[in-house]
Amino acid sequence: MDLNDAAVDLAGLDELLNDDERDVQRAVRTMAQSRIAPYVADWFERGTVDDPRGLVRELGELGVLGMHLTGYGCAGLSATEYGLTCLELEAVDSGIRSLVSVQGSLAMYALWRFGSEEVKTQWLPAMAAGDAVGCFGLTEPDHGSDPSGMTTRARRDGSDWVINGGKMWITNGSIADVAVIWAQTDEGIRGFAVPTSTPGFSAVEIRHKLSLRASITSELTMDEVRVPEECVFPEVRGLGGPLTCLAEARFGVVWGAMGAARTCLSTALRYAVERSQFGRPVAGFQLTQQKLADMELEYVKGMLLAMHLARRKDAGTLRSAQVSLGKLNNVREALEICRTARTILGANGISLEYPVIRHMNNLESVLTYEGTVEMHTLVIGKALTGIDAFR
Amino acid sequence: MNIVVCVKYVPDAQADRTFSPDDNTTDRENVDGLLSELDEYPVEEALKLADATDGKVIVLTVGPEDATDAARKALQMGAHEAVHVQDDAIHGSDALATSKVLAAAIAKLEYDLILTGMASTDGSMGVVPAMLAERLGLPQITLASELTIEGGKAVIRRDNDASTEIIEASLPAVVSVTDQINEPRYPSFKGIMAAKKKPLQTWSLEDLGLTADEVGSAAAWTTVTSVAERPARTAGQVVTDEGDGGAKLVEFLAGAKLV
Repeated sequence: MDLNDAAVDLAGLDELLNDDERDVQRAVRTMAQSRIAPYVADWFERGTVDDPRGLVRELGELGVLGMHLTGYGCAGLSATEYGLTCLELEAVDSGIRSLVSVQGSLAMYALWRFGSEEVKTQWLPAMAAGDAVGCFGLTEPDHGSDPSGMTTRARRDGSDWVINGGKMWITNGSIADVAVIWAQTDEGIRGFAVPTSTPGFSAVEIRHKLSLRASITSELTMDEVRVPEECVFPEVRGLGGPLTCLAEARFGVVWGAMGAARTCLSTALRYAVERSQFGRPVAGFQLTQQKLADMELEYVKGMLLAMHLARRKDAGTLRSAQVSLGKLNNVREALEICRTARTILGANGISLEYPVIRHMNNLESVLTYEGTVEMHTLVIGKALTGIDAFR
Repeated sequence: MNIVVCVKYVPDAQADRTFSPDDNTTDRENVDGLLSELDEYPVEEALKLADATDGKVIVLTVGPEDATDAARKALQMGAHEAVHVQDDAIHGSDALATSKVLAAAIAKLEYDLILTGMASTDGSMGVVPAMLAERLGLPQITLASELTIEGGKAVIRRDNDASTEIIEASLPAVVSVTDQINEPRYPSFKGIMAAKKKPLQTWSLEDLGLTADEVGSAAAWTTVTSVAERPARTAGQVVTDEGDGGAKLVEFLAGAKLV
């Protein structure tokens, strides 16, 4: 088993990979299939992750946390290998890929790219090993697509900074040891590495989600949270900082969504061949074959786009509008593939006995986070026309 | 402590496995191969022993060119060195010839302990460990579900249906281990990267002082004369309960000598 389940790799995508990339993909698949897949439907049903710290540690031992960063105990692998990792993790569950994206591409990347040397040495090796968990606080209850209006504020007080405000929809928030917090200051928006043990910092898990249920999502509150000077990111000012981090994580989503799609496509394919109605396999009906062929087409196209963007990222030529192309297309098409798979499975499609409805519901979140469909559409529109339709 | 682990490259058991029509040997061309799952256990056990004793793990495999993949996987798991014996003349070797090649290769290595799996997942004969011990003139203790090294001895636990045996042998010895002995690690990214720099030697029959007529199909003591697909499963027998269902079940079980 390589880039794809052989059954759905009609296009021979596997040829696009080299041996190193296949080894990395295989290692992640082995781990994810043996250590996560058997339990994840149960976690989803119960709305929890059993022993999330233990899971993070196992992912750290494998080497996926901050795998595309260099130094500080990070593996220093390629963007393509990171993409393949996201593919395999999300083939199991979007919530697990979210955990890894937030740890590696949002929290660790922000610290690695913008943090002071003290902050890097304090957190990055522990986060790479999975001994420490990070989260990333940008979105607020009233500020989502337009974070520039954020109300979280940090003020200088002697050599310290004091932060007040709240953040919403924060993955890993309740289990994090360190939170990357973006706040308004007199010098514009700045970033802070805030230890979650700091007095005044609290995180409450958000319940009642019907999507990403095997993922911890939290609301953060900061009430006079006091941190020393080395916690502020020295250089970066304005939204460019957090938006750079989001582009990193978004790249993983481009790949991950195809993992969810692959699982639903191969599940539907197997089901259609095994399930008989009117005396023949469901797969023998033209209506079903139309569905399967369309799913396969969009899957192959999405994979080719993901691969192309990865090669550009490795070459250092990837632009953010290109990531928007990938994010918009791949999540939208993956969701459509999962919904179509749901219809092929009939009533079984709504059961957690099969992975399809779980992936379908998860992708509703993925469609919105890391930039909504609407925002990416406007980013692409702006890139094409040169006219900004939203600011 | 130097530990040699013998591993086999086998067709992926998840794929449809077939025999070559020409000579009734396992078809290794059209099916992806991998490190035999049962050989991950001795690799893991060797790594644990090596960690505890500051020792070295050398994996040894005999097979076609692609068999390097099995050695590479073991190196990625953490083994220190690998030897791949590859020679076209080896194709078609039976267990006797395989053990001869393995023994000749091991004779060129420094070792205190030789570990193997309990059987391969393709041939499933499970006789190579014993043949290997005989050829090397070493004690063999097989089917270990637990292994400890103490005072120059290997001590194993072997679980039988009705008893548990504790068996020891002086080192060096050949020990085969079961799938109950540990939980093999999967390669980490660090392991994958480190493996690229580890020595992987390829030896030919000539390097081992063997000749082509000692191995391969021609020298095999056993031959697969024909193969046939397993017949399709026949429909089961439905017992309708008309007040005598229990009796009918007992009748069926007794008839099949299952009770």
